[in-house]
Amino acid sequence: MSTPLLQIDQVRKQFGGVAALNGVSLTIAPGHVHGLIGPNGAGKTTFFNVMTGLYTADSGRFMLDGQAYAPTAVHKVAQAGIARTFQNIRLFNSMTVLENVMVGRHVRTRNGVWAALSYHRRAREEERETEAVARHLLDYVGIGHWADSRADALSYGHQRRLEIARALATEPRLLALDEPAAGMNATEKQQLRGLLEKIRDDGRTVLLIEHDVKLVMGVCDRISVLDYGTLIAEGTPQDVRRHPAVIKAYLGGAAHV
Amino acid sequence: MDTFIQQVLNGLLLGSLYALIALGYTMVYGILRIINFAHGDLLMVGALVGLSVLHGVQGAFPHCPGVLMLLVATLVAMAACALLAMLIERVAYRRLRNAPRLAPLISGIGVSLLLQTVAMLVWSRNPLMFAQLLPLDPIQVTPGPTGAITNATALTTIAVALLVMAGLWLLVEHTRLGRAMRAVAENPQVASLMGINPNRVIVLTFAIGGALAALAGIMMASNYGSANFYMGFLPGIKAFTAAVLGGIGNLRGAMLGGILLGLIEALGTGYLGQATGGVFGSNYQDVFAFVVLIAVLVLRPSGLLGERLASRA
Amino acid sequence: MNLSTTLTLPRAKARLGALLFALAIVLAPWLLGHAGGNAWVRTLDFALLYLMLALGLNIVVGYAGLLDMGFIAFYAVGAYLTALLASPHLTSQFAVLAAWFPQGLHVSVWLIVPLAALLAAGFGLLLGAPTLRLRGDYLAIVTLGFGEIIRIFMRNLDRPLNITNGPKGIASVDPVSLFGVNLARTQDLFGLRVPSVYLYYYLFAALALVIVFVCVRLEHSRIGRAWVAVREDEQAASAMGLDTKRLKLLAFAMGAAFGGVSGAMFASFQGFVSPESFSLNESIVVLAMVVLGGMGHIPGVILGCLLLAALPELLRASLGPLQQSLFGQVLVDPEIIRQLIYGLALILAMLYRPAGLWPASRGGQ
Repeated sequence: MSTPLLQIDQVRKQFGGVAALNGVSLTIAPGHVHGLIGPNGAGKTTFFNVMTGLYTADSGRFMLDGQAYAPTAVHKVAQAGIARTFQNIRLFNSMTVLENVMVGRHVRTRNGVWAALSYHRRAREEERETEAVARHLLDYVGIGHWADSRADALSYGHQRRLEIARALATEPRLLALDEPAAGMNATEKQQLRGLLEKIRDDGRTVLLIEHDVKLVMGVCDRISVLDYGTLIAEGTPQDVRRHPAVIKAYLGGAAHV
Repeated sequence: MDTFIQQVLNGLLLGSLYALIALGYTMVYGILRIINFAHGDLLMVGALVGLSVLHGVQGAFPHCPGVLMLLVATLVAMAACALLAMLIERVAYRRLRNAPRLAPLISGIGVSLLLQTVAMLVWSRNPLMFAQLLPLDPIQVTPGPTGAITNATALTTIAVALLVMAGLWLLVEHTRLGRAMRAVAENPQVASLMGINPNRVIVLTFAIGGALAALAGIMMASNYGSANFYMGFLPGIKAFTAAVLGGIGNLRGAMLGGILLGLIEALGTGYLGQATGGVFGSNYQDVFAFVVLIAVLVLRPSGLLGERLASRA
Repeated sequence: MNLSTTLTLPRAKARLGALLFALAIVLAPWLLGHAGGNAWVRTLDFALLYLMLALGLNIVVGYAGLLDMGFIAFYAVGAYLTALLASPHLTSQFAVLAAWFPQGLHVSVWLIVPLAALLAAGFGLLLGAPTLRLRGDYLAIVTLGFGEIIRIFMRNLDRPLNITNGPKGIASVDPVSLFGVNLARTQDLFGLRVPSVYLYYYLFAALALVIVFVCVRLEHSRIGRAWVAVREDEQAASAMGLDTKRLKLLAFAMGAAFGGVSGAMFASFQGFVSPESFSLNESIVVLAMVVLGGMGHIPGVILGCLLLAALPELLRASLGPLQQSLFGQVLVDPEIIRQLIYGLALILAMLYRPAGLWPASRGGQ
């Protein structure tokens, strides 16, 4: 088996007396869509936040593409190659759709103050390239003709896609999505699933926190299940669906699926 | 040793004033999460209104005992500032509850400018004499010619401040109204589900804060003998520092922070002045408060009694 | 459809507009001077100084969203640096310096301006660094504190060594001298008698144009976008890999540099600096210009600046005589009315037009 793209071992995180994460481990193979599910309060978002540097873990090992990374500073995690979206869509509202994605290019470009003032040839080229890449990504996620609208003028589903396009602009090795289907109707979820499959088919690796079990089962290659801060199951959708601990956590008590 | 006691006495006086003002800041912050930039100017309005009332009473009832006149002036000033505070909330802050956080701050700056300007118009730009109706005869605290001294005005100020703080504490902790205030501070939506009208509570909080500021203003003017349109600015900033030092949103914190800041300022200025032979002395007094403010916000933003924030990367 | 005419017609219009604009800038002092005399041109000069300040503050508040209420401190730094390097004060206080510089300290403006920019930028970093983790309103109060600390130091650094001459301030600051032309004297140029205030106008206008150019270029660049991202949502910006701390420090430094340059010009223009020119009130005036004009939007800031700088003169010119004729005396000092208007304007702006009189319009619906 090739090097896993993401390998996280034994993450612990306590808040006061509560162990939000109890030695959780996660391995994601390259090119996979990996799901992270669990009942409310299981620790999914905490894990996500620890992984992306928003919280500091009490202990744990973090490896991206075989190299250790220290999730201490949020922007450094993004620089290392993990790009995330937010559960409650956080766009730069007063900027246009295109500009939002162009900000995503920031971490892979270099123009500074001098470049802005002198506008020398390399600086101009970089600006042109930034805009071109941004437009391409907008087309990729399907909102190309909204490029010059204000970000907050978009519909909810389109805003979601914009957030994904912005994350993709950072050229991430891992795209981490925090409940992207939240608040969507069935059609929008179908479209989201199509987009996720397209992203996966183009070779990206995706980590997905989701509540919509149907979506997760349908699009993920592997799934990890958390409950009360502990990993209770890990495997293919079929394995997880039948796993007794998972059934118990979601439905409480033995049941036949 | 005498210097120490003297500075402690000075510090307690300053601290009592800061604590009274800080309470207003912290209560409004606790409920609305905004800094009421105009709060310091309420102190000024209170002092000047009190001054005018005193003039009026002295003119109409020249044989009235001084303490009684002061009492009347204080009550009127407190009522006036309570009303003014409520008006400010209604006009300058209410519509901005969901606006970006800078909006109420800028609005508050505008209110502060307005209050100062109106004060300039009504009471002129010049410092006005404030009748000092409480005895100013020195009371020897430690014996000897270099002994620490104080006076009845200062002692009354400290006593009144402590009483008021105790009263407020009782109100907030042990009455229905106080519970309602604490509920709205925690979560206005849930509080309204419990039948509490958040707007009423907010308005009342502003009113109490305004009254306390007015009290502080009158006490300040009584101690120093004068009042002018700019007298609220520095005490306002320092009281905010005190509130932050104690832990903003926390009543006990405001009281503790106020007293502590007063002591730091007095002791610091006193000893620094001694150490440098008067070069860096009371003229740098205000710098102390600012340094404390910056230090607290950088090193321990939750303040002394504030909640510890979750550890973030 | 003839492609070339549909392309050149709007471009021709733009060219005409630019030409008229340039003409207006060149002729402004002559027109104003004719209408109201040198006093009006002098007001215009001060308005340009405020403009430079406002553009600097616009970077900090408008682009990066950092409410700096002590901005005037950078103005003070530039002004006092100039006063110290180009006046008799230091040589009169310190015999060592008098010996080294027997002709007195008269550092050229070409050296002073970059020095002022650098020193102010340094202070910007110094004052910005502790504020990086602070939220909006706390940041405002801390920066206010810094501004006051600087003013108190300027006021009291006359003991033990007399550096700033305390509350008395420093006088006899050299005027600007460019290519041998002393701007403090009326000069004969191109056959015209050009008064000193006109000369300073051209200097300040040129500087202001440079600053406008810098701001426009920054606004439409990677850095400008990054600043707006930090302003809109700092955590999301971080998550996209932006080093928000460095970006904030950069904003502080650049804004401060402009403030310092403006301060240097102020000191040379007025010939005199004192701590009372750098009070909190001044910070608020500059803030009002940015906020009322249109935060983050350069034309808006220019509009706000011109309105608020012209206001006191207008009031003085109109309300003074008006009150005289109505009441026989000036009941209310126009200065006070100005402050009243500022206060009201800030409140009303927040309530009804929080984006300013002329906000940026980004994108369509």
